[in-house]
Amino acid sequence: MTTLRIKDVFKRYPNGAEAVKGVSVDVEDGELVVFVGPSGCGKSTMLRMVAGLESVTEGEIELAGRVVNDLEPAERNIAMVFQNYALYPHMSVRKNLAYGLKNRGTPQAEIDRKVDEAAKLLQIGEFLDRKPSQLSGGQRQRVAMGRAIVRDPAIFLFDEPLSNLDAKLRNQMRLEIKKLQRSLGTAAIYVTHDQVEAMTLADRIVVLNNGLIEQVGKPHEVYSQPASTFVASFIGAPPMNLLDATLSDGRIEIGGQSFAVQQTQKAGPIKLGLRPERLQVASGGEGFRVEVGVLEDLGATRLIHARLGDQDLTIAQDSELPEPSSEALITFRHDDAHFFDASSGRRI
Amino acid sequence: MAIADTDRLPPATSDKAKTKTKPQKPRSNIRLYDHIVLAIGVFIMMGPLVVAFLTSTHDYVTIHREGMQITWGGNFLETYKNVLYQKGGFTGEVTGLLMTQNSLILGIGFAVGKIVVSMLAAYAIVYFRFPFATLSFWIIFTTLLLPLEVRILPSYEVVQQLGMLNSYSGLIIPLIASATGTFFFRQFFKSIPNEMIEAARIDGAGPVQFFWDILVPLSKTMIAAIFIIMFVVGWNQYLWPTLMTTEEGYFTLVRGIRNIMQQMIGADIPEYNEALAMAVLAMLPPALVIMIFQRMFIKGLVEQEK
Ligand SMILES: Nc1ncnc2c1ncn2[C@@H]1O[C@H](COP(=O)(O)OP(=O)(O)OP(=O)(O)O)[C@@H](O)[C@H]1O
Ligand SMILES: [Mg+2]
Repeated sequence: MTTLRIKDVFKRYPNGAEAVKGVSVDVEDGELVVFVGPSGCGKSTMLRMVAGLESVTEGEIELAGRVVNDLEPAERNIAMVFQNYALYPHMSVRKNLAYGLKNRGTPQAEIDRKVDEAAKLLQIGEFLDRKPSQLSGGQRQRVAMGRAIVRDPAIFLFDEPLSNLDAKLRNQMRLEIKKLQRSLGTAAIYVTHDQVEAMTLADRIVVLNNGLIEQVGKPHEVYSQPASTFVASFIGAPPMNLLDATLSDGRIEIGGQSFAVQQTQKAGPIKLGLRPERLQVASGGEGFRVEVGVLEDLGATRLIHARLGDQDLTIAQDSELPEPSSEALITFRHDDAHFFDASSGRRI
Repeated sequence: MAIADTDRLPPATSDKAKTKTKPQKPRSNIRLYDHIVLAIGVFIMMGPLVVAFLTSTHDYVTIHREGMQITWGGNFLETYKNVLYQKGGFTGEVTGLLMTQNSLILGIGFAVGKIVVSMLAAYAIVYFRFPFATLSFWIIFTTLLLPLEVRILPSYEVVQQLGMLNSYSGLIIPLIASATGTFFFRQFFKSIPNEMIEAARIDGAGPVQFFWDILVPLSKTMIAAIFIIMFVVGWNQYLWPTLMTTEEGYFTLVRGIRNIMQQMIGADIPEYNEALAMAVLAMLPPALVIMIFQRMFIKGLVEQEK
């Protein structure tokens, strides 16, 4: 079953800005879909339209089988977790959790039960009588999640909920959100510009760029089969190398060097995509020679910034490094090469 | 910079440092200067009040003959009882107590009215997208350029035609529109993050509920601060009550002082002691309000709970 159906949605703000230009996605029951993209690509706008905080200019949003375009946020059966938590500072944690239920006219006994249940689930029981200002960032984050959980929504909406936390806590909370969402079995949309968050959390990733969907797919699909140069450079860190190259007769030529590839359909200028972590420094075999520049040691991996002809290239390596300013031979497996159309950027 | 920093040192460390190292010495002097400056300030501001109070405890003959006094006169109870309970005025109906009550009604009515009106105005301006909201705000704001004194004749005309002369509503209502209050509340509301409003919308709070459940509690300290300022302003109103009320039953303390002094025009020696006692009484409530709410007042002006 489909929880949420977004059909050809278009959003134009009153000032004329076109934030979303025709997006269609479905969110299945219990699925966690991550919207990822650079700043300003329309992720938040998309989410806020689902929440009912922004009107939909064109298209349809269908939640649990009914079109909700004209419903108020409170009538949509959604719950949202904001980046800055947006807790009510003058209310205790308990009141924060209960406020929405109270407004719905839920009986007090049921409110208490739900609040206690959520508090237990999130381990915030001991803070129930504190004010948000007396909590740490991580604890506030939990309260914000609690406020979403007690509503028993059809779908959770997260707008960069972890970006105010420090790196360590972020990793921990990320895992917790995923576990929680799994155990509740509630569908969720999670908006982030952090591709690591997207990769680790998502059942499916929706990559947005400039108000349009670039690609929808499982994390490993998006990583291993990027649909465009945009996705290729956005997903994965360090980003995929994209080199200007020319293809002819099963050979590819870059900066005066050429070698055989398994791509014969198309001749002419293309973009060759190579993931830094899939490149190897070799002592022999077929490959291309690069000029080694700066080296960066990140502990687990080492980055080699090199030049191939007049183009930059990054190689991630966990073994011995070549000397700086030396020459190195770089090889890769044939199925690790991605080919993109030089003008449209789409995958070939 | 350096001065401010040393002032913030906890006493224990600065004491220790003082005895051990030389450069600390000028710092203790700075603290001394601070106190001297403060003491001078207190003397200049409180001196006249103390003299007024002491003088009010003498009888009026002494005051008339010898001027202001700086000793205790011993007539304290008598004078203050007179001021509070003796019926006076032209009709012989008003007591000091009644005037105090009138002043309180004016002060509180004025403050509460201003807060209610300006909060609602700011709420409308900030949260409702009605046409020309910004323009309306600036129009309200420019009324700061038209204080009561400037528009007193038309104001009087309106109140008189509405038949509100000699009534509490006539005293209060024409004064409660407040550009200052609206401005303060507008700035405060604007500083409340948008997400909070959106969270409330998702939680199903309508406009009225949002106002009561979220905005009013968040504005608590702000309300307290504005209440204090407006209470004092209302309490000290002189010109407007003088025009609005001719019946002595509506006289406020501030006017009462003048009334006593007016006897000078007659043959009697004015009852300086009572006038001064009344002045002291008139000063007390605002001073008390400020002393009691001082902490909240400062909190409201400098920090926001968000
Ligand atoms: N209220 C608004 N009025 C006009 N334009 C807006 C409004 N909100 C957003 N926009 C524009 O719409 C586009 C998409 O904004 P949106 O907030 O959805 O981006 P985002 O993907 O969430 O970015 P970020 O990662 O920075 O949060 C931006 O170009 C932005 O300038
Ligand atoms: Mg955003």
